[in-house]
Amino acid sequence: MLECIPETPVEHTTGKINPAKTCQPLGAMYAALGIHGCLPHSHGSQGCCAYHRMHLTRHFRDPVLASSSSFTEGASVFGGAANLKTSIKNVFAIYNPEIIAVHTTCLSETIGDDLPNIIKTAEIPEGKSVIHVNTPSYHGSHITGFSGMCKAMVSYLAQSDGATKKSQMNVLPGFVNPGDMREIRRIVDVLGVKMIMFPDTSNVLDTPLTSKYQMYPDGGATVAEIRDAGNSEVTLAFGSYASHDAAEVLQDKCGVTGIPLKLPIGIKATDDFIMAVKDWFGVEIPASLALERGQVVDTLIDTHFHYQGKRVAVFGDPDHVIALTEFLLAMGMVPVYVLTGTPGKVFETEIKKMLGDAGITNARVKAEGDLFELQQWIKEAPVDLLIGTSYGKYIARAEDVPFVRFGFPILDRVVHPLMPVVGYRGCLRLIEQISNALLERRDRDCLDEDFELVL
Amino acid sequence: MKRQVAIYGKGGIGKSTTTQNTVAALAEAGKKIMVVGCDPKADSTRLLLHGLCQKTVLDTLRDEGDDIELDAILKPGFGNTRCVESGGPEPGVGCAGRGIITSINLLESLGAYTDDLDYVFYDVLGDVVCGGFAMPIREGKAEEIYIVASGELMALYAANNIAKGIKKYADNGKVRLGGIICNSRKVDNELPLLKAFAEELGSQLIYFVPRDNLVQRAEIHKKTVIDFDRTSGQADEYRNLAKAIDNNKLFVIPKPMTQERLEELMMQHGFLDVI
Repeated sequence: MLECIPETPVEHTTGKINPAKTCQPLGAMYAALGIHGCLPHSHGSQGCCAYHRMHLTRHFRDPVLASSSSFTEGASVFGGAANLKTSIKNVFAIYNPEIIAVHTTCLSETIGDDLPNIIKTAEIPEGKSVIHVNTPSYHGSHITGFSGMCKAMVSYLAQSDGATKKSQMNVLPGFVNPGDMREIRRIVDVLGVKMIMFPDTSNVLDTPLTSKYQMYPDGGATVAEIRDAGNSEVTLAFGSYASHDAAEVLQDKCGVTGIPLKLPIGIKATDDFIMAVKDWFGVEIPASLALERGQVVDTLIDTHFHYQGKRVAVFGDPDHVIALTEFLLAMGMVPVYVLTGTPGKVFETEIKKMLGDAGITNARVKAEGDLFELQQWIKEAPVDLLIGTSYGKYIARAEDVPFVRFGFPILDRVVHPLMPVVGYRGCLRLIEQISNALLERRDRDCLDEDFELVL
Repeated sequence: MKRQVAIYGKGGIGKSTTTQNTVAALAEAGKKIMVVGCDPKADSTRLLLHGLCQKTVLDTLRDEGDDIELDAILKPGFGNTRCVESGGPEPGVGCAGRGIITSINLLESLGAYTDDLDYVFYDVLGDVVCGGFAMPIREGKAEEIYIVASGELMALYAANNIAKGIKKYADNGKVRLGGIICNSRKVDNELPLLKAFAEELGSQLIYFVPRDNLVQRAEIHKKTVIDFDRTSGQADEYRNLAKAIDNNKLFVIPKPMTQERLEELMMQHGFLDVI
């Protein structure tokens, strides 16, 4: 499909071709679904809302509900205040959520609707909440929107009751799958520490099929839990793009110490996560976790010759790519092209430092890049493996490169939202996928006499 | 605690001139001030910077992208004032309102609102024509507003309209009207008319700036009056205005009047004696 991509490098300075990101509101909507009993609300025209719901549903294969302010010509002239007030009134009357999480759209941002003021004057039933985040899509990416909604949870809801903190920790998991959130919870449970995780989409977007329809599934952090996050001793914030800002606001607002960490993808980042919990709460690391880690090390040793020294191109959301690059280096692979669509300087600085420490000098690293450019790089000097979202499949096909799906969105494969890539179990899964992709290629391409039973 | 002040008024009434002269007087008295020009024409800091030498926030954003340093858009002007021009699109294209939202958000994220500031002044385009132009009076921004007016009916008409806008935001927020500044046009009975107008709004005429050609001469030299001729009487007028603002305690939710009442007021104070 991408045969028309020019063979020689073409520089494009204006616009993006095949962007490696999507709109801010999508991230805000996903984060909002991680609050129990929450109905995300899109303040804009209906199309935005429909697109974001559909995109999330295609990735998670579960229904995603959200309401819209349904702007018309009139709203864009006179402002969206009346629509939002009516929406809030109707949504509470008809769908009765615990909380409405409002995000804006490009249209309402350009009109300049004053959301805090509109919400303040809206009719909100006793005991219910409305929070908001501004999400203009002409700035940042879906990760920016996700981060913004996490900040809104903290600034609207979190409260500190007094000076003494409870022996509990907050976890801001970042824009990860419900399966990842379950795995983070499992590890923390094993460590024996009380945790409030928000947002938490496990049991919201990975629900079992029962004979009963539940508009608001059992999962998600409750409003009371997020409020209580202000009383925790410490917050682990996974990912500088998706979570660090919210942790900072929580530290300023309620005095909860924020510990910035990478997403716990890969052996080192998972170690850092577990050690942070151990160091803060003084807990012992149970043998079961040590065993899991040992299995990862054993697998790396058993299989390293499958991937050692292979050139790999990675793209996706910045927090995911930063952590994965670290793990690929630990695996002995050579990440030569590393790209994200989300803007921000941290990405390039962190990746370049990691690559520099590993002695890789000829790599290309880019934030706010696009897939057209990534394909150009691959054309110039090919890679052995491509890792990224479903959008990478076109490049993989055109350039005939093995492909591992990783990150958001994955629209053409299933079960992935339930299978963690975080923690030590996530390491095993990543090693399996990477190894398999390379071995499949070998089996496909090798001569008959090299077609081995044992690899 | 810094005070954030927004100046509104009819186009051409002398908002930018009055703001910059007042800011110069406050700076002379040792106050630390940031001036944010919220007008696509980008002429709100010309007198403080001695010319239109400021690259606007939005031009910088367009040329260099999101990753910009504060120094690129914040220029030091007369008396160490910090000057920012929001800028905006050419007349007839784009969306100036969004421009103001973008640049104020950017200033915030770049950390321009430092704690050592005594004042932030927003000099806003004539009419509050859309949501963007109300950005400076949203929650967490300007809490006091001054309207520049004169004794002409259209200036008062515009001032009354702006009062309606302020009331809308004041009812749910902290923004208040601090007073009316008269930039005199030497209209008959201007002082009593403006006093009556301000009182009818429930506010005050905070200062009456007399007309003096020295202001024009200073402008031609790209300077504020205090900078151009610090010993002049007009310089003292601006110093008094600055003092009145600095000492102001009367902040109200305005009570805008009907068109009929405004015209009645005009007849009563403006013309009766003369006719």
